[in-house]
Amino acid sequence: MRKDKVFKIILLLSGFLIVALLSGIFLSLVFSSIPSIKEFGINFLFSKDWDPVNNKFGALPFLIGTLLTSVISLLISIPFSLSISIFLSEILKNKLISNIFQTFVELIAGIPSVIVGLWGLFILAPFMRTLQLKLGIQPIGVGIFTASIILSIMIIPYSASIGKEVISMVPTEVKEGAISLGATEFETLKSVTLPFSFNGIFAGFLLSFGRAFGETMAVTMVIGNSNKIPDSIFSPGQTMASLIANEFTEATTKLYTSSLIEIGLILFIVSMLINILGRLIIRRFKF
Amino acid sequence: MNEKTINRRIFNNKLYKIFVSSFSFLSIIPLFLIIYFVLIRGIKYINLKFIFSMPKPMGELGGGIFNAIVGSFIIVGVAALIAIPIGIMVGIFLSEYKEKKFTEIVKIFVDTLQGIPSIVIGIIAYLWIVKPLKQFSALSGSIALSFIMLPLVIKSTEEVLNLVPVDIKEAAYALGAPYHRIVLKILLPSGSVGILTGTLIGISRILGETAPLLFTAFGNQFLNLNLLKPMSTIPYLIYVYATSPYKDWHNQAFAASTILIIIVLSINLLGRFIEKKWKT
Repeated sequence: MRKDKVFKIILLLSGFLIVALLSGIFLSLVFSSIPSIKEFGINFLFSKDWDPVNNKFGALPFLIGTLLTSVISLLISIPFSLSISIFLSEILKNKLISNIFQTFVELIAGIPSVIVGLWGLFILAPFMRTLQLKLGIQPIGVGIFTASIILSIMIIPYSASIGKEVISMVPTEVKEGAISLGATEFETLKSVTLPFSFNGIFAGFLLSFGRAFGETMAVTMVIGNSNKIPDSIFSPGQTMASLIANEFTEATTKLYTSSLIEIGLILFIVSMLINILGRLIIRRFKF
Repeated sequence: MNEKTINRRIFNNKLYKIFVSSFSFLSIIPLFLIIYFVLIRGIKYINLKFIFSMPKPMGELGGGIFNAIVGSFIIVGVAALIAIPIGIMVGIFLSEYKEKKFTEIVKIFVDTLQGIPSIVIGIIAYLWIVKPLKQFSALSGSIALSFIMLPLVIKSTEEVLNLVPVDIKEAAYALGAPYHRIVLKILLPSGSVGILTGTLIGISRILGETAPLLFTAFGNQFLNLNLLKPMSTIPYLIYVYATSPYKDWHNQAFAASTILIIIVLSINLLGRFIEKKWKT
């Protein structure tokens, strides 16, 4: 019985360990950001000066870069991921083919981010450059838009698999009801299945947005690494994550490091809020 | 309802099916494009010398990636050794204490941990290990990667334990077995396949992680087996070589990517295969 008690205590402790780990992460980030928070206050978010030489730091260009890349990539990904969700749950009836197709989709998420970046840098960026030449835009190749395309490829599997799951959960009776009233499959989807699963699909988009928000390596390699506010979606930029990846080891002063960590803190808070909100929506959907 | 509207509706339905199918197929094309281009540019540089020799100094042609291969295995191995036991314990906790409010909180925290951008995990490992020890180390990289692997092991453990029938547990109780033996000798073995799947998927995930290693394990031109010293890894090497100005390093980045993508996707597929086999 004594061993049982010890075992139960160990189990409980492992639960506490997770709570301690996450709180520790949050507190460490806050604590290390204090010098920067004290120095710049709320202005940190609204200043566009990122000037390590003069010890002046403002995160606005990177906030804009991150928002642009993640919103554009989400918009690109929506028709694709929604199609996959519907395709897998409503159209493909053959279980084997459906499984194979889904494995392909999920393998995309399995490719290491740095390899997607390598591909983006040496194959997609030159392609974009020729495209930009034809369109008469300054041909840089790398930039916000190229990064958004890369991101959209990477986040499609997430919203697609969540979408498939929630669409499959729509009760068959409801769908059959519509069919028996004479609705086509498309009308059933439009007026029954999609409205029924809307919240879950939305949560899938939210979670994949969160992914795009924090994705680092692939973006770092194709965004062009410019610390200015981008003036078009084709110009080079910088996201919060790519900035940290590029500059953290170079940060020489305490304030510099602290500013980079404050950007990490922002990433942490935003991704935490998105995650909790997304999971809450999905959980409510399930019951 | 006249014939025209009916034809129109049938037409719309066909259009919808074509639209959805073609968009679905379009979205898996990048998978093949990425694999194709990486293999076609990388495979010709792969030979035994590339795998078993050390990098040449900057600018010199040739050299291999042996140090990075060894480094990746050591760092990922240590990370797995940390993440697997802890992950299994937390997974058991989540499935055994379902009714508690505290369990709900832990669940949300596990989800949150999974959602933290990997670069932020890198900052944490830097603050907790690199800064106090005053140097980049393989150990700090392993710890960063273990934080990323942990939620994956926890979730697969919890999921598989929830599927173990209650009857088995009750039968063991009826025979008078103590609780810890029931969990360790009956529940865990019957869920072992699921845990294995989670572990494989987790390993394939952290094998390719780069961001958390940038300022933890850092990199090393030489072969290093000391956990307290900087160590090179395959993904880190790919990043450094790809962003360098040397053509020869670019080629080596593609060759290293070929090796990495084959290892990562094989482990990933193996994990999925075992899961499918076991679930049906």
